[in-house]
Amino acid sequence: MKILVPVKRVVDYNVKIRVDKDTNSVDLNNIKMSMNPFDEIAVEEAIRIKEKGQCDEIVVVSLGPEQSKETIRNALAMGADRGILIKTEHSPEPLIVAKALAKLVQQDNYDLIILGKQSIDDDCNQTGQMLSALLNCSVGTYASKIDFDNDSIIITREIDGGLQTLKLSKPSVVTADLRLNVPRYASLPNIMKAKQKTIDELDPQDLGIDMNPKLVIKKVEEPPKRIGGGKVESIEELIDKLKNEAGVI
Amino acid sequence: MSVLVLAEHNNDKLNEATRKAITAACLISKPVHVIVVGSECENVAKVTSGISGVDKVMLADDPIYKNMLSETTSELLLDLIKDYDFLVAAASTNGKNILPRVAASIDVSQISEIISVIDDKTFQRPIYAGNAIATIETKTEKNVITIRTTAFETAPESDKKAEIERINPKTNPQLSVFIEEKVSSSERPELTSAGIIVSGGRGMQSGDNFKLLESVADKLGAAVGASRAAVDAGFVPNEYQVGQTGKVVAPELYIAVGISGAIQHLAGMKDSKVIVAINKDEEAPIFEVADYGLIADLFEAVPEFDKELEKLQK
Ligand SMILES: Cc1cc2nc3c(=O)[nH]c(=O)nc-3n(C[C@H](O)[C@H](O)[C@H](O)COP(=O)(O)OP(=O)(O)OC[C@H]3O[C@@H](n4cnc5c(N)ncnc54)[C@H](O)[C@@H]3O)c2cc1C
Ligand SMILES: Nc1ncnc2c1ncn2[C@@H]1O[C@H](COP(=O)(O)O)[C@@H](O)[C@H]1O
Repeated sequence: MKILVPVKRVVDYNVKIRVDKDTNSVDLNNIKMSMNPFDEIAVEEAIRIKEKGQCDEIVVVSLGPEQSKETIRNALAMGADRGILIKTEHSPEPLIVAKALAKLVQQDNYDLIILGKQSIDDDCNQTGQMLSALLNCSVGTYASKIDFDNDSIIITREIDGGLQTLKLSKPSVVTADLRLNVPRYASLPNIMKAKQKTIDELDPQDLGIDMNPKLVIKKVEEPPKRIGGGKVESIEELIDKLKNEAGVI
Repeated sequence: MSVLVLAEHNNDKLNEATRKAITAACLISKPVHVIVVGSECENVAKVTSGISGVDKVMLADDPIYKNMLSETTSELLLDLIKDYDFLVAAASTNGKNILPRVAASIDVSQISEIISVIDDKTFQRPIYAGNAIATIETKTEKNVITIRTTAFETAPESDKKAEIERINPKTNPQLSVFIEEKVSSSERPELTSAGIIVSGGRGMQSGDNFKLLESVADKLGAAVGASRAAVDAGFVPNEYQVGQTGKVVAPELYIAVGISGAIQHLAGMKDSKVIVAINKDEEAPIFEVADYGLIADLFEAVPEFDKELEKLQK
């Protein structure tokens, strides 16, 4: 079995971003970038499947600028086998990402594609679902558990009301939720080893996909600021305020 | 320019989220039709037909739709979308699961979790865990949109009933099979529609201690929520999680107990009308968004709060 894991380079989850009024965009200068946290979970899951002997090769792929190679390298250091960079200036919108991924899957016959459920920058939560449409294959979003049963994949999904279990036929697209696993740190020897692993570079044109976005970002603004910081000294005062000032109880 | 709304329900009851999606749909364009996909869900269709703004209800009632699996449901929507300009659903786990599959099949990008409708081509949506708001313009004729329900009003009842049209099921692509569902049933209100929410974090220390919050919640008629840390530690199940990647809520009153206030948690609750924080660390970022912050040990403050509420009830 071959697994493909798409990984995206995003602003680190600890960074509090700032909107730059002049350029009408999020200020990304000198900001720490990392692998999208859900993609780390996806990479970890692929590695665990391989460690159980159920997978022969893990390929990681990213669409983005040259620096996305760092993100790929990171996944290789965790234990993925090889990488592909589809070089673009920015990370394109989910539909375009899904089209590029679909091309790779069709060329190379992956049995399972594990994505993050959501990028923490655009918060789109779409790419995996879109990829499943383009491949016309099964999909299991928000997975908190992945198992195998002969030729099928059994996944447990986190849904609004609780948990749901599905049996998916292969090939399949699965998206990782937070509680699927806790990703490992790459060890120093593995970081060294990862330097020898190959990262192929592709041009989106090689894949023959239309890179024109269908959505245009007109403006990026800061949300209205919440004025907080109010304090109360005691439970008594809290109850009084909630009752008589805010009128919410 | 017509809008098709995908209803959210459990085959028995219509979910509140649908009423919010209908409000958003009416702001986008008219007429608004709602599709109820499920099994033995006629009752849901009847309730939906009485909601203000709904011009027609379509009912696809068949055992293959019982669990609204993505592959099966999107096949049906793909057929219906031919006659519509917009496909809209609440950004519930169902809506988020199904709609992008339809969008990609008709070669359009989805506009996720909009919080406002500027016109039928321009929408606003939060990005970066709500730390920025993007105004998006679409260039395609047809559009697929999910709605952040906290940003829209609940569509009221109408005195008229819209017509209900039954539609035939499509073939089941049989790509995935439903095995089981573990849905917790609680007497308390649902998180996303509750007027008051009491949430606990890692500071609660154990699942047992959540009883303290449940007792308060019961007196206030509130729902109980949690931070990711509390869910990860196994104190409460996953459906309690509030935040960027959990549920987004905006109740009248949100009480955060033993929660530090990480960006990802704030993303899910900072639009609440009134925020109370109980935390022993005065530096905790949750205090920056709280209207009423109490610096205290929760194991003293919460039982006292509970006692005072009990007195108040008498
Ligand atoms: C990709 C990603 C997505 C995420 N999504 C979410 C999400 O959707 N929702 C979410 O909540 N988090 C999310 N997180 C996690 C988030 O970053 C924080 O780790 C988490 O919110 C912390 O939970 P907490 O506040 O309960 O725990 P902590 O940060 O550990 O805070 C515990 C607090 O309890 C207080 N405390 C301890 N004991 C007491 C006491 N006796 N009395 C009073 N106060 C006490 C402490 O002072 C502290 O402030 C996400 C993280 C990532 C990377
Ligand atoms: N530019 C990209 N390169 C690689 N993978 C991506 C890219 N954009 C999105 N993905 C994958 O799709 C998932 C969901 O992203 P999104 O739909 O943008 O929320 C991410 O967690 C990644 O696994």
